[in-house]
Amino acid sequence: MIRLAVISGKGGTGKTMITAALAQLLPGTLVLADCDVDAANLELLLNPKLIRTEPFMGMKSAVINPAICIGCGECESHCRFNAIFPEGNTYRVSPLHCEGCAVCNYVCPVQAVSMEPRQTGEVKYSQTERGHLVHARLVPGAGNSGLLVHAVKKMALEQDRDCDLFLIDGPPGTGCPLISTISGVDAVLIVTEPSVSGLHDLKRVVAVCRQFRPRVLVAINRFDLDESLAESIRQWCTEESIPVVGEIPFDPVVIDSVRKGVPVTRAGDSPAAQAIQILKTNLEQELTIHDNQR
Amino acid sequence: MKIAVASGKGGTGKTMVAANLAFTLSQTCQVTLVDCDVEEPNLHLFFPAPATAKDVTVPVPVIDEKICDRCGKCGEFCQYGALTVLRDRVLFFPELCHSCGGCTLVCPKNAIHEEPKRVGIVTYAKPLPRLDLVSGYLDTGNPFAVPVIRAAKTATAGDSLVILDASPGTSCPVVETLDGCDACILVTESTPFGLHDLQLAVDVTARLGIPAGIVINRSDGKDQATLDFCMNHDLEVMMTIPFDRGIATIQSRGDLLCRVRTEWLKAFSALYGKCCALTGAE
Repeated sequence: MIRLAVISGKGGTGKTMITAALAQLLPGTLVLADCDVDAANLELLLNPKLIRTEPFMGMKSAVINPAICIGCGECESHCRFNAIFPEGNTYRVSPLHCEGCAVCNYVCPVQAVSMEPRQTGEVKYSQTERGHLVHARLVPGAGNSGLLVHAVKKMALEQDRDCDLFLIDGPPGTGCPLISTISGVDAVLIVTEPSVSGLHDLKRVVAVCRQFRPRVLVAINRFDLDESLAESIRQWCTEESIPVVGEIPFDPVVIDSVRKGVPVTRAGDSPAAQAIQILKTNLEQELTIHDNQR
Repeated sequence: MKIAVASGKGGTGKTMVAANLAFTLSQTCQVTLVDCDVEEPNLHLFFPAPATAKDVTVPVPVIDEKICDRCGKCGEFCQYGALTVLRDRVLFFPELCHSCGGCTLVCPKNAIHEEPKRVGIVTYAKPLPRLDLVSGYLDTGNPFAVPVIRAAKTATAGDSLVILDASPGTSCPVVETLDGCDACILVTESTPFGLHDLQLAVDVTARLGIPAGIVINRSDGKDQATLDFCMNHDLEVMMTIPFDRGIATIQSRGDLLCRVRTEWLKAFSALYGKCCALTGAE
């Protein structure tokens, strides 16, 4: 199985649109995962049929029993996450801020604090035309998105380990959900755009990837919106020995296809669809070369 | 007045709105702009200026192997699996540590003390006479954005007018950014992705009790679904920015819409007025 994650650094560069199109075009058996668990959108293009849902339990959360609490404030003074605050003569825990460290539970002199399991999301297992999709929903404002990413990947690998390709739609950024997404993958496809922000964020996310194992590939989306910045991205990639495997032009058909809820490669022949076809061919070659080297 | 700019979906134009709002306000008053998208900070690209930097550190445990008798209490206590006690030594995994300090409390031999570990930097610049820019940068490879966001916010806690640019998403970095803000601008685009993620972002602002208003960016006129959602949830559409390749180019080059097309100053000024109205202030 080849494991490929589509990521971006900067948000909104077109990860999900490209992932959905590649899912349709790439050959062989496939399992898909949407690891952008904060704001999961892949399902909006793949029309999945839900098979089952499992609750996601994040870290336990502290709960103070006001009937036992004597209001001494030991918990508040030891909490490093500003999660405990006075309420009347006792104290209360803000579940949005609690990171589940259990220090308050340890320091409380009267055992008023319990650590309680808390459901902070769900993992969904669905069927699409191109194979199973594992996706998730994080309760808005909840933490542990890195753990939820791990749970999504784990379910995909347990259920569909015999597939030829594990294709992941990743999160933006460089923090814990991104690191959790790229750990253990063979290759990342970084989708960037010709803007000063796009190039800046590309450099940062490449720096993170290089601390891990995956092979790094780049695609430039909406490359024709600024030819000179697109050229800066190509040059930088050449200097860094990173293959640019695709360049997709700005094309209003992309937004139309998102509004129709289908991959752009299903919305008739268009410049964007043709460019993604080329991206797919290059990607197959790169990933096969990589496979033979191992 | 502290105004956060957030979105749910990435790439909708948070940074563009935050930068132009701060630029507009700085024409008439002192304003602080804070880049809380510490995983991918971009505001400095729009306001190039010399900056000074300060390290952001978090405390992490250091175990004195001479005192430690490998009793295992720290490893049992750590909820994050950051400490594993072996027969002859203790393994510490810094990337899993949340710096809660629990291990130092539970160690019966007092063999654990904490030392600062760098996780990022906060930079300070003054790109315009009345504009301070404070940017958080998470060190690449470090998973935890929250301490860097907290440091950037703490540095601006006493400032009277602060605009904060949040990261995309709806999880802990966004909560940390929004916490304590008076109002939140949610920037969206009129696609099913934009609307789906806007709904999640509205949920976060509601949970935090922060009044929110909407900016529709790159509008191609097909905004009805977004407008309906806003109407049904009593959310004001405070500004609509049309899709225009000229505007896109200004932004992609790292320039400011309000600097290049000064007629937009008035619109961003009005946006600030609407944010104040959200909070009930003048």
